[in-house]
Amino acid sequence: MAQDDNGGTEITPAASSAVDHRPGDPGTAVMVQNAPENPGFPPHRPRITDKDPRKERRAERTVYTLFYVSIVGSIWAIAAYIAFPIESGKISDVRVSTLAIGLGMALALLAIGFGAVHWAKALMHDKEGIDLRHPVQGSEETRERSVEIFQQADQESGFGRRTLIRNSLIGALVAFPLPAIVLFRGLGPMNEDPVKLLSHTMWRKGMRLTRDPSGTPIKASDVTIGSVFHVIPEGLNDKEDALNQKAKAAVLLMRLDPKDLHPSPAKKDWAYDGIVAYSKICTHVGCPVALYEQQTHHLLCPCHQSQFDITHEARVIFGPASRPLPQLPIEVDADGYLVAQSDFHEPVGPSFWERH
Amino acid sequence: MRETTHKNARKRKTGRRHPLATVALIAIGLGLTGGAYAAFNATGSSADAATSSSSDVASGKKLFQANCATCHGLEAQGTDEAPSLIGVGAAAVDFQVGTGRMPMAMQGPQAEQKPVQFTQKEIDQLAAYVASLAPGAAIPDERYLDGNGDAAKGAELFRVNCAMCHNVAGAGGALTQGKFAPSLHGVTARHIYEAMITGPQNMPVFNDRNITPEGKRDIITYLQYIQKNPSPGGFELGSLGPVAEGLFIWIFGLGSIVALTVWITAKSN
Repeated sequence: MAQDDNGGTEITPAASSAVDHRPGDPGTAVMVQNAPENPGFPPHRPRITDKDPRKERRAERTVYTLFYVSIVGSIWAIAAYIAFPIESGKISDVRVSTLAIGLGMALALLAIGFGAVHWAKALMHDKEGIDLRHPVQGSEETRERSVEIFQQADQESGFGRRTLIRNSLIGALVAFPLPAIVLFRGLGPMNEDPVKLLSHTMWRKGMRLTRDPSGTPIKASDVTIGSVFHVIPEGLNDKEDALNQKAKAAVLLMRLDPKDLHPSPAKKDWAYDGIVAYSKICTHVGCPVALYEQQTHHLLCPCHQSQFDITHEARVIFGPASRPLPQLPIEVDADGYLVAQSDFHEPVGPSFWERH
Repeated sequence: MRETTHKNARKRKTGRRHPLATVALIAIGLGLTGGAYAAFNATGSSADAATSSSSDVASGKKLFQANCATCHGLEAQGTDEAPSLIGVGAAAVDFQVGTGRMPMAMQGPQAEQKPVQFTQKEIDQLAAYVASLAPGAAIPDERYLDGNGDAAKGAELFRVNCAMCHNVAGAGGALTQGKFAPSLHGVTARHIYEAMITGPQNMPVFNDRNITPEGKRDIITYLQYIQKNPSPGGFELGSLGPVAEGLFIWIFGLGSIVALTVWITAKSN
């Protein structure tokens, strides 16, 4: 209240209507013609605590009791910390300890809050008043004086006159953020083209399909009709950037009755006896699509409900995804294990700027 | 003029419900629905040692023809209404009939769990009959059902293979067009194992070459572990994640903020 124009004194309803319509007052935006008359405050209604001293004493008791309750809550929280140790490491102990400490602290804070609000509502002075907002624009002298100060500073420092100093300073300030740009660039892929990184996965010709998470290879005979295997490329677990690689190369392997599959002529050889492998990364925003329904042969993405029809090359039948899931061409090697024929023929996952 | 409006306002005020009444009503309503849901959901199931003989097969065939043949055909060969049961094995029968999913009450997107219609002895006879038609998945060995495997390893397998549909805490989740993955809480170890090897309804099959019997035992151990141990985060709200938690915060969190705001800004009497 340090900025009070009227020194904190209240303006009565009658006085406020008199100062409301100062014409051309600096800081007022639009002068409204024939504005409705300010009705002023409704008459002050005394509270029960204003009229009945017993009620007032009772309200006072309530407020200080609440503050004492808050102290009790704080002490309770300290006592609970000691009384319920968590050293056993058991989850049930952690839960009891957290609950007891939390209750104490909640009581401590809530009681302060409730006490303060009750104090303000029931006991504090409740007459309404208006503090007028002071004008935004300064007085003419202040404005002139500030222009003078700027001109004087310009003269004394020579900022406008010594142009070489001024321009070199501006140059220095422009150059200062450049190291930050270089440093942040260092967080991105350094030696490789990001477009290339997004376009390829670690799948190669002849690489075995292995189980997630154990990394054991899968025989074609292991995959019975109706089965789903969650697949990672062979050797993924030994990679230094295993999680980054997995985020691109994760595959879902399913076996359907071969007569349920309707591959296009170009992709006829991409499956093996009804076994098909599709990228697990949704083409919408990259969630793992793995909710496979073995009777309907639909794959559901849990994030935005895109649905893919595995019988028709994972085409989109519902939801926001715009492209089918990329298919991994597979075949069987001499030992009967499932291997990739090549990498995916298109980038996996969501769209990016340079994707063609 | 001002006097009369003031009087009206005061009259309205005295007739108004207590500000907390709405909150209390919502709380009572939620409590009742939750209680009723929990009461209806509590179903028991029994397990019994399975022994099959030729007399079991014969009684099973009679039971089958009386109760299942309408949809599955007199010789279990399947009809337009229902699939063939030749080669599904005893485990499929024990799961479908033992959880009350079969016989189905009506055709729908999904056969839902309901009170079990047969005694365990009758279920065993039905299973013996279906198993006698062609080799199929057998009732799992007791040693994989004891729940004494490696819970951490089971959790990893569960997260990779099951969590996308059944939720990471096994609370279940929605699928397409009215189908859903059911909650795994309270499901017996035997039924969990049988579901994995038979792939009931739209659930894919997880055969022993995909997840080994030991791996299945670990998964069962994990599911039993999370049911026996309380959540460190306090109330689980069904473990459904953001939906249940968001609803709770919207109703109770925002509700109490609204109630407090009304209290703070109301004029004292």
